Amino acid sequence: MLSAREIVSRVKSGELKVTEIVESTFDRVSKTEDRLNCYVTILQEEALKRARLLDESASKGKVHGRLFGVPVAVKDNICTKGVRTTCSSRILANFKPVYNATVIERLEREGAVIIGKTNMDEFAMGVSTETSYFGPTRNPWDLTRVPGGSSGGSAAAVAAGEATVALGSDTGGSIRCPASFCSIVGLKPTYGSVSRYGLIAYANSLEQIGPMARDVYDCALLFSVIAGHDPRDSTSVNLKPKDYTVFLREEVKGVKIGVPKEFFGEGTQKVVEETVWKAVHKLEDLGAEYDTCSLPSLEYALAAYYIIAMSEASSNLARYDGLRYGYSEEFTDTDWFTYIAKVRRNGFGPEVRRRIILGTFTLSSGYYNRYYLKALKVRTLIRMDFEKAFKRFDVLAAPTMPTPPFKLGEKIENPLELYMCDIDTVPANLAGLPSISIPCGFTTSGLPVGLQLIAPPFREDLLFRVAYTFEKNTGYVKEEPEVI
Amino acid sequence: MKTKLFCGCPSDYRGKKPNTNVCPVCLGLPGTLPVVNKKAVEYAVMAAAALNCKINHKILFFRKNYFYPDLPKNFQISQYDRAGGLPIGTDGYVEIKVKNAKKKVRIGRVHLEEDPGRLTYLGPIDRSPYTLVDYNRSGIALLEIVTLPDLNSPKEARILLRKLRSILEHLGVFDGSLEGAMRCDANVSIEGGSRVEIKNISSFKEVERALTYEIIRQRDLLSKERRVLRETRHWDERRRVTISLRTKEEEQDYRYFPEPDLPVFLLDDTFIKNVVSSMPELPDARIERFKKMYGLPEYDAEVLVADKRIADFFEECVKLYNQPKKISNWVMSDVLRYLYENNLEIHESKLSPKHLVEMIKMIDEGEISGKIAKKVLPEMIVTGKDPREIVKEKNLLRISSIQEIKALIKTVFEENRKAVEDALKDEKAIHFLVGQVMRKTRGRADPELTHNLIKEELDKLKKAN
Repeated sequence: MLSAREIVSRVKSGELKVTEIVESTFDRVSKTEDRLNCYVTILQEEALKRARLLDESASKGKVHGRLFGVPVAVKDNICTKGVRTTCSSRILANFKPVYNATVIERLEREGAVIIGKTNMDEFAMGVSTETSYFGPTRNPWDLTRVPGGSSGGSAAAVAAGEATVALGSDTGGSIRCPASFCSIVGLKPTYGSVSRYGLIAYANSLEQIGPMARDVYDCALLFSVIAGHDPRDSTSVNLKPKDYTVFLREEVKGVKIGVPKEFFGEGTQKVVEETVWKAVHKLEDLGAEYDTCSLPSLEYALAAYYIIAMSEASSNLARYDGLRYGYSEEFTDTDWFTYIAKVRRNGFGPEVRRRIILGTFTLSSGYYNRYYLKALKVRTLIRMDFEKAFKRFDVLAAPTMPTPPFKLGEKIENPLELYMCDIDTVPANLAGLPSISIPCGFTTSGLPVGLQLIAPPFREDLLFRVAYTFEKNTGYVKEEPEVI
Repeated sequence: MKTKLFCGCPSDYRGKKPNTNVCPVCLGLPGTLPVVNKKAVEYAVMAAAALNCKINHKILFFRKNYFYPDLPKNFQISQYDRAGGLPIGTDGYVEIKVKNAKKKVRIGRVHLEEDPGRLTYLGPIDRSPYTLVDYNRSGIALLEIVTLPDLNSPKEARILLRKLRSILEHLGVFDGSLEGAMRCDANVSIEGGSRVEIKNISSFKEVERALTYEIIRQRDLLSKERRVLRETRHWDERRRVTISLRTKEEEQDYRYFPEPDLPVFLLDDTFIKNVVSSMPELPDARIERFKKMYGLPEYDAEVLVADKRIADFFEECVKLYNQPKKISNWVMSDVLRYLYENNLEIHESKLSPKHLVEMIKMIDEGEISGKIAKKVLPEMIVTGKDPREIVKEKNLLRISSIQEIKALIKTVFEENRKAVEDALKDEKAIHFLVGQVMRKTRGRADPELTHNLIKEELDKLKKAN
C-alpha cells in the first residue's frame, strides 16, 4: 500500500496517474467493503471524474497540492456539498449539505480525492461504530471485533487500504480509539487548531476534526493541510499555517516523558499495560527520559466529560425536528410538538436518545449547578493538573484504550461499560490538548494496542517527532491486517 | 446595521420573498457556526451607555433552549443574567416626563440576541389551519431592553416607548419607522393578581390598547373574585383582545448554558471609551440645545425631538430660513397633525424642508395668507410640489392690485345695496362688505387693502350724498 507521501511524489514524477491510484483504491474497496462496511456513501463516479481532471492538469504540468491524487475518506459528520452527510443517523439519512466544511475546501485545494463518507457511531456517540443506522463496521484485524469508534469507518478504511488517509473527529476519543483498535495513527489536535465549520456538532466545546493515517508522516501531512485559522469558526485560533512534516526527525534525546498512573487504573487490561510500558521503555532506549506522575483530578474526568458532552448534545441535536430537512413523518392532525416528538423518537437511535435525555436533565433548572456547572469546575481542575504536569514533562504517555478491540455485540447492551472505554481519551478533550495514538504492539492473539501521547497546547510538532522516532525504530506500522 | 448578528446576510429583510434572505448559518443548518457581528456589540454598548447602564466588559452568549418552528436551531443565542452570564448593560434608567413631572424608569438589563424567524397564520392564531415560517428575519440582531416595574399606566408605557425610540434613533442604532423594528412584550400586574405577559404588540398605539384591555380584564376577574393566572397572552390586534398562549405551568425550562461556539471576549476600556465618546447627541441634550439655540419653549423642543426625523427636518428648515419659532409652529401643528391623521412618517411624506420654508416665506412676504397656506400644505405633503407652483396652478396668489380689487368692490356694492346703506350709517357693517370681496376671491384679496379701498369708496359715496 502506498503512502500519501509516495503517491504525491510518484504522481509528480509522472510515474503514476491519479486515475490508477483511485482505481486501485476502489479495487480494494470492492474486495473488502462487503466484510468491513467502512463507508456509508461511496463516491466512485465522482472520485474517478476528479482523478481524470487531476490527471489532465498534471499532463499540462500543473501538479499543485500537498495531497495531489491522494485518496481520502471523510467521516460522515463532515459536510460535503451535494453529497449526503448522515452522521450515520436515520434522521439525516437523506441530508445533502449545501456547503462544504472548511476542511473539505482545504483538502480539495490541495488536490485530494474524496473516496467516500465513512461510517461512524450515530452522531459520534459511541466507541464501537455499532450505533450506526447503517450497521456496524468491522475491525480489519478481526472481523468479529469492533473497529473502535466513533470514527470506526475512517480507521477501518485506512487500515484496510480502502483509503490512503482519512478525516475523523474526536470528541472524547473518537479518532484515537479506532486508531488504536485498527493499528493506525490518529491525532486529536489542540482545540481550536482545526476549523469546526461544517463538522456536525455533537459536543462543540470538546471536539476537533483530525487526521488518521497509516504512518506518522501522512498524519502530519494531512494535519498540515487541515489546520489553520478559519474566520467562520470563532473558536479557531489565529495561528500561522505550518508544515508539520518538517518536524519529523528521529530525535527524542532528552525528551521528558511523564507516565500518569491514573491512566493505568482499574479496567486496564494487563496486556495493554505491559505493551504501553514496553513502548515507554523503547523511547527511553532511544534517548528519552521518563518518570511516573499523578493527575489526581482525572478521577472525575469521565463523569465530567459525559455531563458536558451530553448537555451540549441535547442542545445541538435539538434542530433535528423533521420540519426543514432530514427524516420526516406524515403530518397528522396534531400539534407540532407531538409531530416533532414522533420524528425524533423514530429518527434517532437509542444511544442518541439516551444522551439527549440525560443532557436535557443535566441542564434543567435545579440540576444545572449540581451537574453542568460542577462538571465545568472539574474541567478547570483537570486543565490545571495538566499544566502542572507539563512543567515537569514535555509529553505524557498512556494507553489509548484500556483494552484491545472487543467483540461486536459484547458491550452494546451495557452503555456504562461502553462509556468506561473512554476513560483514557477524554482527559485530552476536557483540557483541549493535542493527543496522538500510534500503534505500539499486538496482543498474543494479534489484536492491536495503541500508545497515546499527550502534549501541551499547539505542540503537535513534539507529538509527531516522538511518534515518528518510535515508529522508525519499531515495526508495528508495517504490519497489515489479514483481511487484505 | 447592515448584516445579521451571526452571519453576513443583510439585515434588510423586509419585502423580500420568504426564505430568500438566508444562508446556512441563519438557517441553523448542521455544522454551521455563529460569528459575532462586531458592529452589533458596538451598538449595544452605545445603547447601554445611553440608557445609563453599567457596561459589562465581558461579552458572553448563552443558549436559550426551546422548541418552536420559528427557531431553526431550536435554541436561541442570547445573553443571560444568571449562572455566570452577563448582559451587555445592567442597572440603568431612562427619564420620562409624565404630566410635566420627571420620572425615572429603571432599566434592569440591556442584552443582545438573535431574532427568530417569523410565523404567519391564516386568520387569527387560534383558528389558523396551518402555520408558515419565513426565516428571512432569522438571526437579525435584537437588542432587548428590560425595564423594572416602574410604570403605572398604559400611557406611561407609551411615553417610555416613544422616549426609547427617540434615544435609539438618535444613536443610529435602528430605524424605528420600519415595521417590526421595535417590538414590545408588556407585563401587567395589578394588586391581588399575578404577572401577565402580553406578546405580539406591533405599535405604540397598540401597547396602550393592549395594556388597557388587559387591566380591565384582570380587574374584572378580580371583581368576580376569580384568580388572575400567571401566564403569557397574545395580543390580537384585529379583535383587540388578549388570548392565552401558555400558563406558568406550561412555561418552558429554557436550560440556559454558555454558547460553546462563541468564546468569551473582553471589551477593553479604550473600546468602551471610544464607543461612548463617538456617541451622537441624545434627545435630552438636543431638547436643551433647541431651547437655547433657537429660543424655543420647552414644549416645542420636546415635541420636535420626540421623533428624530422631525427634529432633523426642523433643523434643516431653520438652516434655510432663520425663523425657528415660526417653523416650529407649522411643523408642530399642521405638519404633525396631517402626518398623524394619515398615519405617515415625515420621510414617507413628500414634504421637503425647502418647500415648507418657501411657504412660510410667502406668508411673511404677504404673497399668501396663513389661511391659504393651510390649504396649500396638504398638497405639498402629498405631491411634493413647490408651494409656488401650487399657488399658481390653483390661482391662490394674493390679489393686491388696486384696480382689480376696485372692480370687485364695484360689483359687491351693486349686489349688496342694502349693506352699503348700512355701512354708510354704521362703520361696523363694513366687515360684511370686506367679507363679500374675500368670498369672491376665495380669500385671496389682500384684506387690509380691501378694507381701505372699501372705506375709500364709502367715503366717496358719503361725500356724494
